[in-house]
Amino acid sequence: MANWNNLTKGFFKENPVFVLLLGCCPTLATTTSAINGLSMGLATTFVLILSNMCISLLKNFIPNKVHIPCYIVVIASFVTVLQLLMQAYLPSIYETLGLFIPLIVVNCIVLGRAEAFACKNSIGASAIDGISMGLGYSMALTILGSIREILGSGSIFGWKFIGGDAILVFVLAPGAFIAMGYLIAIMNRLLKKSK
Amino acid sequence: MAAKKDTLINMFVALFVICVVSGGVLGVVYNATKEPIAAAETAKKTEAIKNVLPEFETLKDITVKSAVAGEDAEIPFYLAYDADNNFIGAAVETFTNKGFSGNISLMVGILADGTLKNISVLQHAETPGLGSKMSEPAFKDQFNDKRADSFNFKVKKDGGDVDAITAATISSRAFCDAVNRALLTFENNKGGF
Repeated sequence: MANWNNLTKGFFKENPVFVLLLGCCPTLATTTSAINGLSMGLATTFVLILSNMCISLLKNFIPNKVHIPCYIVVIASFVTVLQLLMQAYLPSIYETLGLFIPLIVVNCIVLGRAEAFACKNSIGASAIDGISMGLGYSMALTILGSIREILGSGSIFGWKFIGGDAILVFVLAPGAFIAMGYLIAIMNRLLKKSK
Repeated sequence: MAAKKDTLINMFVALFVICVVSGGVLGVVYNATKEPIAAAETAKKTEAIKNVLPEFETLKDITVKSAVAGEDAEIPFYLAYDADNNFIGAAVETFTNKGFSGNISLMVGILADGTLKNISVLQHAETPGLGSKMSEPAFKDQFNDKRADSFNFKVKKDGGDVDAITAATISSRAFCDAVNRALLTFENNKGGF
Protein backbone atom coordinates (compact mmCIF):
# COMPACT_ATOMS: atom_id res chain seq x y z
CA MET A 1 0.00 0.00 0.00
CA ALA A 2 2.80 2.38 0.89
CA ASN A 3 4.47 1.54 -2.40
CA TRP A 4 1.22 2.09 -4.28
CA ASN A 5 0.79 5.54 -2.72
CA ASN A 6 4.42 6.19 -3.45
CA LEU A 7 3.85 5.29 -7.09
CA THR A 8 0.67 7.29 -7.66
CA LYS A 9 1.52 10.45 -5.76
CA GLY A 10 3.55 11.88 -8.66
CA PHE A 11 0.53 11.95 -10.94
CA PHE A 12 -1.94 13.91 -8.82
CA LYS A 13 -1.33 14.61 -5.17
CA GLU A 14 2.27 15.68 -5.56
CA ASN A 15 2.45 16.26 -9.29
CA PRO A 16 5.78 18.06 -9.73
CA VAL A 17 4.48 20.58 -12.24
CA PHE A 18 0.89 21.30 -11.24
CA VAL A 19 1.13 20.92 -7.46
CA LEU A 20 4.75 21.23 -6.36
CA LEU A 21 5.45 23.79 -9.12
CA LEU A 22 9.02 22.57 -9.53
CA GLY A 23 11.09 22.79 -12.68
CA CYS A 24 9.01 25.47 -14.39
CA CYS A 25 11.83 26.62 -16.70
CA PRO A 26 12.09 23.44 -18.81
CA THR A 27 8.35 22.92 -18.44
CA LEU A 28 7.47 26.20 -20.06
CA ALA A 29 10.30 26.21 -22.56
CA THR A 30 10.10 22.72 -24.03
CA THR A 31 6.34 22.17 -24.27
CA THR A 32 5.86 23.78 -27.66
CA SER A 33 4.57 20.48 -28.99
CA ALA A 34 3.30 17.25 -27.47
CA ILE A 35 6.23 15.21 -28.68
CA ASN A 36 8.77 17.68 -27.26
CA GLY A 37 7.02 17.64 -23.90
CA LEU A 38 6.91 13.86 -23.85
CA SER A 39 10.56 13.42 -24.77
CA MET A 40 11.70 16.02 -22.24
CA GLY A 41 9.57 14.27 -19.59
CA LEU A 42 11.06 10.86 -20.39
CA ALA A 43 14.60 12.25 -20.40
CA THR A 44 14.01 13.74 -16.95
CA THR A 45 12.46 10.46 -15.77
CA PHE A 46 15.60 8.58 -16.80
CA VAL A 47 17.81 10.96 -14.81
CA LEU A 48 15.42 11.02 -11.84
CA ILE A 49 15.26 7.24 -11.44
CA LEU A 50 19.02 6.75 -11.71
CA SER A 51 19.98 9.69 -9.53
CA ASN A 52 17.41 8.74 -6.88
CA MET A 53 18.74 5.20 -6.74
CA CYS A 54 22.35 6.30 -6.71
CA ILE A 55 21.84 8.89 -3.99
CA SER A 56 19.84 6.50 -1.86
CA LEU A 57 22.72 4.04 -2.17
CA LEU A 58 25.26 6.67 -1.18
CA LYS A 59 23.24 8.32 1.59
CA ASN A 60 25.31 6.86 4.43
CA PHE A 61 28.58 7.59 2.72
CA ILE A 62 28.05 11.31 2.13
CA PRO A 63 28.63 13.68 5.06
CA ASN A 64 25.91 16.29 5.54
CA LYS A 65 28.00 19.34 4.82
CA VAL A 66 28.95 18.25 1.31
CA HIS A 67 25.71 16.58 0.29
CA ILE A 68 24.68 19.24 -2.25
CA PRO A 69 27.96 19.15 -4.24
CA CYS A 70 27.88 15.35 -4.17
CA TYR A 71 24.29 15.22 -5.43
CA ILE A 72 25.02 17.74 -8.17
CA VAL A 73 28.03 15.73 -9.37
CA VAL A 74 25.94 12.55 -9.47
CA ILE A 75 23.03 14.24 -11.28
CA ALA A 76 25.30 16.06 -13.72
CA SER A 77 27.04 12.81 -14.63
CA PHE A 78 23.76 11.08 -15.41
CA VAL A 79 22.61 14.05 -17.49
CA THR A 80 25.83 14.03 -19.50
CA VAL A 81 25.54 10.28 -20.05
CA LEU A 82 21.98 10.82 -21.27
CA GLN A 83 23.07 13.65 -23.52
CA LEU A 84 25.80 11.56 -25.15
CA LEU A 85 23.47 8.60 -25.62
CA MET A 86 20.76 10.75 -27.18
CA GLN A 87 23.25 12.44 -29.47
CA ALA A 88 24.47 9.05 -30.64
CA TYR A 89 21.23 7.12 -30.99
CA LEU A 90 18.38 9.66 -31.16
CA PRO A 91 19.92 12.56 -33.08
CA SER A 92 16.60 14.02 -34.24
CA ILE A 93 15.16 14.32 -30.73
CA TYR A 94 18.50 15.56 -29.48
CA GLU A 95 18.29 18.37 -31.99
CA THR A 96 15.03 19.75 -30.64
CA LEU A 97 15.82 19.20 -26.97
CA GLY A 98 19.60 19.65 -27.16
CA LEU A 99 19.65 22.97 -25.39
CA PHE A 100 17.45 21.82 -22.55
CA ILE A 101 19.07 18.49 -21.75
CA PRO A 102 21.99 20.07 -19.83
CA LEU A 103 19.38 22.11 -17.95
CA ILE A 104 18.03 18.93 -16.36
CA VAL A 105 21.01 19.26 -13.99
CA VAL A 106 19.52 22.35 -12.44
CA ASN A 107 15.95 21.13 -12.66
CA CYS A 108 14.63 21.53 -9.12
CA ILE A 109 12.70 18.27 -9.38
CA VAL A 110 15.80 16.11 -9.57
CA LEU A 111 17.67 17.78 -6.72
CA GLY A 112 14.41 18.24 -4.83
CA ARG A 113 13.61 14.52 -4.88
CA ALA A 114 17.17 13.64 -3.92
CA GLU A 115 16.96 15.99 -0.97
CA ALA A 116 13.39 15.26 0.11
CA PHE A 117 13.13 11.55 -0.56
CA ALA A 118 16.12 9.58 -1.77
CA CYS A 119 18.44 10.55 1.07
CA LYS A 120 15.97 9.20 3.65
CA ASN A 121 14.58 6.09 1.97
CA SER A 122 15.65 2.71 0.64
CA ILE A 123 16.81 2.14 -2.95
CA GLY A 124 13.56 0.44 -3.95
CA ALA A 125 11.36 3.20 -2.57
CA SER A 126 13.60 5.82 -4.16
CA ALA A 127 13.39 4.13 -7.54
CA ILE A 128 9.59 4.05 -7.26
CA ASP A 129 9.63 7.70 -6.24
CA GLY A 130 11.74 8.47 -9.31
CA ILE A 131 9.36 6.59 -11.61
CA SER A 132 6.32 8.22 -10.07
CA MET A 133 7.70 11.76 -10.16
CA GLY A 134 9.24 11.27 -13.59
CA LEU A 135 6.08 9.91 -15.17
CA GLY A 136 3.98 12.53 -13.41
CA TYR A 137 6.28 15.14 -14.88
CA SER A 138 6.09 13.54 -18.34
CA MET A 139 2.30 13.43 -18.10
CA ALA A 140 2.13 17.10 -17.17
CA LEU A 141 4.52 18.08 -19.96
CA THR A 142 2.64 16.01 -22.52
CA ILE A 143 -0.70 17.55 -21.53
CA LEU A 144 0.73 21.06 -21.62
CA GLY A 145 2.52 20.32 -24.90
CA SER A 146 -0.64 18.87 -26.48
CA ILE A 147 -2.76 21.86 -25.48
CA ARG A 148 -0.19 24.29 -26.83
CA GLU A 149 0.24 22.30 -30.02
CA ILE A 150 -3.51 21.97 -30.62
CA LEU A 151 -4.22 25.65 -29.98
CA GLY A 152 -0.99 27.05 -31.36
CA SER A 153 -0.27 24.98 -34.48
CA GLY A 154 -3.54 23.12 -35.03
CA SER A 155 -1.86 19.75 -34.86
CA ILE A 156 -1.28 16.95 -32.38
CA PHE A 157 1.90 14.83 -32.19
CA GLY A 158 2.85 16.36 -35.53
CA TRP A 159 -0.44 15.39 -37.21
CA LYS A 160 -2.05 18.52 -38.59
CA PHE A 161 -5.85 18.68 -38.48
CA ILE A 162 -6.46 22.27 -39.53
CA GLY A 163 -4.75 24.10 -42.36
CA GLY A 164 -3.07 27.45 -41.99
CA ASP A 165 -2.15 29.19 -38.79
CA ALA A 166 -3.81 28.71 -35.42
CA ILE A 167 -3.54 30.87 -32.28
CA LEU A 168 0.18 31.54 -32.52
CA VAL A 169 0.49 32.99 -29.04
CA PHE A 170 0.17 29.50 -27.56
CA VAL A 171 3.42 28.43 -29.20
CA LEU A 172 5.22 31.43 -27.71
CA ALA A 173 6.19 32.03 -24.10
CA PRO A 174 3.03 33.91 -23.00
CA GLY A 175 0.88 31.01 -24.20
CA ALA A 176 2.90 28.66 -22.02
CA PHE A 177 2.09 30.71 -18.94
CA ILE A 178 -1.59 31.06 -19.87
CA ALA A 179 -2.02 27.33 -20.55
CA MET A 180 -0.14 26.37 -17.40
CA GLY A 181 -2.19 28.78 -15.27
CA TYR A 182 -5.44 27.21 -16.43
CA LEU A 183 -4.09 23.69 -15.93
CA ILE A 184 -3.04 24.49 -12.36
CA ALA A 185 -6.48 25.95 -11.67
CA ILE A 186 -8.18 22.80 -13.00
CA MET A 187 -5.83 20.61 -10.97
CA ASN A 188 -6.55 22.55 -7.78
CA ARG A 189 -10.26 22.22 -8.38
CA LEU A 190 -9.99 18.45 -8.88
CA LEU A 191 -7.81 17.99 -5.82
CA LYS A 192 -10.17 20.04 -3.64
CA LYS A 193 -13.12 17.96 -4.73
CA SER A 194 -11.40 14.70 -3.95
CA LYS A 195 -10.51 15.79 -0.43
CA MET B 1 22.78 4.21 10.11
CA ALA B 2 23.19 7.97 10.07
CA ALA B 3 25.24 9.94 7.61
CA LYS B 4 28.97 10.10 8.19
CA LYS B 5 30.32 12.78 10.52
CA ASP B 6 31.34 16.09 8.97
CA THR B 7 35.06 15.68 9.45
CA LEU B 8 37.37 17.16 6.86
CA ILE B 9 38.68 13.76 5.85
CA ASN B 10 35.19 12.28 5.44
CA MET B 11 34.07 15.17 3.27
CA PHE B 12 37.23 14.98 1.23
CA VAL B 13 36.94 11.23 0.67
CA ALA B 14 33.24 11.37 -0.22
CA LEU B 15 33.61 14.13 -2.79
CA PHE B 16 36.83 12.69 -4.17
CA VAL B 17 35.41 9.20 -4.66
CA ILE B 18 32.21 10.48 -6.23
CA CYS B 19 34.09 12.76 -8.62
CA VAL B 20 36.55 10.05 -9.65
CA VAL B 21 33.79 7.49 -10.25
CA SER B 22 31.67 9.99 -12.21
CA GLY B 23 34.68 11.02 -14.23
CA GLY B 24 35.46 7.39 -15.04
CA VAL B 25 31.86 6.65 -16.06
CA LEU B 26 31.74 9.73 -18.28
CA GLY B 27 35.00 8.76 -19.94
CA VAL B 28 33.70 5.28 -20.74
CA VAL B 29 30.39 6.57 -22.11
CA TYR B 30 32.13 9.28 -24.11
CA ASN B 31 34.42 6.76 -25.77
CA ALA B 32 31.58 4.35 -26.43
CA THR B 33 29.37 7.01 -28.04
CA LYS B 34 32.06 8.91 -29.92
CA GLU B 35 31.79 6.83 -33.07
CA PRO B 36 27.99 6.61 -33.24
CA ILE B 37 27.79 10.39 -32.72
CA ALA B 38 30.27 11.05 -35.53
CA ALA B 39 28.46 8.52 -37.72
CA ALA B 40 25.09 10.14 -37.02
CA GLU B 41 26.48 13.55 -37.94
CA THR B 42 28.10 12.31 -41.15
CA ALA B 43 24.92 10.43 -42.08
CA LYS B 44 22.90 13.59 -41.62
CA LYS B 45 25.30 15.62 -43.73
CA THR B 46 25.49 13.02 -46.49
CA GLU B 47 21.71 12.81 -46.50
CA ALA B 48 21.52 16.60 -46.85
CA ILE B 49 24.06 16.62 -49.70
CA LYS B 50 22.17 13.92 -51.61
CA ASN B 51 19.00 15.84 -51.01
CA VAL B 52 20.18 19.09 -52.53
CA LEU B 53 22.14 17.80 -55.55
CA PRO B 54 21.29 15.61 -58.53
CA GLU B 55 22.86 12.13 -58.77
CA PHE B 56 26.64 12.24 -58.58
CA GLU B 57 29.53 9.82 -58.59
CA THR B 58 32.28 11.33 -56.46
CA LEU B 59 32.39 14.02 -53.83
CA LYS B 60 35.28 16.29 -52.89
CA ASP B 61 35.36 18.38 -49.68
CA ILE B 62 37.04 21.75 -49.71
CA THR B 63 36.67 24.89 -47.65
CA VAL B 64 36.34 28.28 -49.23
CA LYS B 65 36.64 31.67 -47.62
CA SER B 66 33.29 33.46 -47.44
CA ALA B 67 32.90 36.00 -50.25
CA VAL B 68 30.86 38.39 -48.13
CA ALA B 69 32.92 41.53 -47.55
CA GLY B 70 34.51 41.81 -44.14
CA GLU B 71 34.09 38.17 -43.22
CA ASP B 72 36.74 35.54 -42.90
CA ALA B 73 34.58 32.54 -42.14
CA GLU B 74 35.52 29.30 -43.92
CA ILE B 75 32.56 27.70 -45.69
CA PRO B 76 32.68 23.94 -46.42
CA PHE B 77 31.94 23.10 -50.08
CA TYR B 78 31.14 19.54 -51.19
CA LEU B 79 31.93 19.38 -54.88
CA ALA B 80 30.05 16.74 -56.84
CA TYR B 81 31.40 15.14 -60.04
CA ASP B 82 29.82 12.62 -62.41
CA ALA B 83 31.45 9.39 -63.62
CA ASP B 84 33.45 11.28 -66.32
CA ASN B 85 34.75 13.71 -63.73
CA ASN B 86 32.61 16.58 -64.98
CA PHE B 87 31.64 19.12 -62.34
CA ILE B 88 27.90 18.82 -61.61
CA GLY B 89 27.45 21.23 -58.76
CA ALA B 90 28.33 21.95 -55.18
CA ALA B 91 26.57 21.49 -51.86
CA VAL B 92 27.48 24.51 -49.78
CA GLU B 93 27.24 24.30 -46.02
CA THR B 94 26.36 27.91 -45.46
CA PHE B 95 25.30 29.73 -42.33
CA THR B 96 23.95 32.98 -41.00
CA ASN B 97 24.23 34.58 -37.61
CA LYS B 98 21.25 36.86 -38.24
CA GLY B 99 18.70 34.30 -37.04
CA PHE B 100 16.03 35.27 -34.54
CA SER B 101 17.69 33.02 -32.00
CA GLY B 102 21.18 31.85 -32.78
CA ASN B 103 22.86 30.63 -35.91
CA ILE B 104 21.14 28.92 -38.79
CA SER B 105 23.02 26.39 -40.85
CA LEU B 106 21.82 25.34 -44.32
CA MET B 107 22.99 22.98 -47.04
CA VAL B 108 22.46 24.71 -50.36
CA GLY B 109 22.83 22.77 -53.61
CA ILE B 110 24.04 24.89 -56.52
CA LEU B 111 24.44 23.48 -60.04
CA ALA B 112 27.47 24.20 -62.22
CA ASP B 113 25.61 26.99 -64.10
CA GLY B 114 24.73 28.78 -60.85
CA THR B 115 21.13 27.56 -60.57
CA LEU B 116 20.02 26.85 -57.03
CA LYS B 117 18.83 23.24 -56.97
CA ASN B 118 17.49 22.64 -53.47
CA ILE B 119 18.03 23.64 -49.84
CA SER B 120 18.14 21.52 -46.73
CA VAL B 121 18.04 23.02 -43.23
CA LEU B 122 20.80 21.53 -41.09
CA GLN B 123 20.34 23.37 -37.87
CA HIS B 124 18.34 26.25 -36.45
CA ALA B 125 16.89 27.42 -33.16
CA GLU B 126 14.11 29.65 -34.48
CA THR B 127 10.78 30.00 -32.69
CA PRO B 128 8.80 26.76 -33.03
CA GLY B 129 5.67 27.35 -35.09
CA LEU B 130 6.95 30.61 -36.60
CA GLY B 131 10.55 30.73 -37.82
CA SER B 132 10.80 26.95 -37.67
CA LYS B 133 8.55 26.84 -40.75
CA MET B 134 11.66 27.58 -42.80
CA SER B 135 12.21 23.82 -42.94
CA GLU B 136 8.84 23.31 -44.63
CA PRO B 137 8.57 22.99 -48.42
CA ALA B 138 6.05 25.86 -48.55
CA PHE B 139 8.85 28.27 -47.76
CA LYS B 140 12.12 26.72 -48.79
CA ASP B 141 10.99 25.26 -52.12
CA GLN B 142 10.35 28.72 -53.58
CA PHE B 143 14.14 28.99 -53.96
CA ASN B 144 14.44 25.82 -56.02
CA ASP B 145 15.56 26.12 -59.67
CA LYS B 146 16.08 29.86 -59.32
CA ARG B 147 19.06 31.82 -60.60
CA ALA B 148 20.51 35.01 -59.17
CA ASP B 149 20.13 36.87 -62.49
CA SER B 150 16.35 36.34 -62.73
CA PHE B 151 15.37 36.01 -59.09
CA ASN B 152 16.26 38.39 -56.28
CA PHE B 153 17.08 36.30 -53.22
CA LYS B 154 15.66 38.77 -50.72
CA VAL B 155 12.32 38.97 -48.94
CA LYS B 156 9.68 41.12 -50.63
CA LYS B 157 9.85 43.67 -47.81
CA ASP B 158 13.47 44.31 -48.80
CA GLY B 159 12.60 44.56 -52.49
CA GLY B 160 13.31 40.93 -53.40
CA ASP B 161 11.21 38.07 -54.75
CA VAL B 162 11.00 35.82 -51.68
CA ASP B 163 7.68 35.37 -49.85
CA ALA B 164 8.57 35.66 -46.16
CA ILE B 165 7.06 33.35 -43.55
CA THR B 166 4.06 34.99 -41.85
CA ALA B 167 5.13 36.67 -38.59
CA ALA B 168 8.74 35.54 -39.07
CA THR B 169 10.35 38.16 -41.28
CA ILE B 170 13.59 38.10 -39.31
CA SER B 171 13.97 34.33 -39.76
CA SER B 172 13.11 34.64 -43.48
CA ARG B 173 15.66 37.42 -43.88
CA ALA B 174 18.30 35.34 -42.11
CA PHE B 175 17.51 32.40 -44.39
CA CYS B 176 18.01 34.63 -47.44
CA ASP B 177 21.24 35.94 -45.95
CA ALA B 178 22.60 32.40 -45.67
CA VAL B 179 21.48 31.54 -49.23
CA ASN B 180 23.09 34.71 -50.60
CA ARG B 181 26.31 33.91 -48.80
CA ALA B 182 26.39 30.51 -50.50
CA LEU B 183 25.55 31.89 -53.95
CA LEU B 184 28.06 34.72 -53.74
CA THR B 185 30.87 32.49 -52.53
CA PHE B 186 30.05 29.94 -55.24
CA GLU B 187 30.01 32.63 -57.91
CA ASN B 188 33.38 34.07 -56.81
CA ASN B 189 35.09 30.70 -56.77
CA LYS B 190 33.43 28.68 -59.49
CA GLY B 191 36.41 28.98 -61.82
CA GLY B 192 38.37 26.68 -59.56
CA PHE B 193 35.96 23.74 -59.41
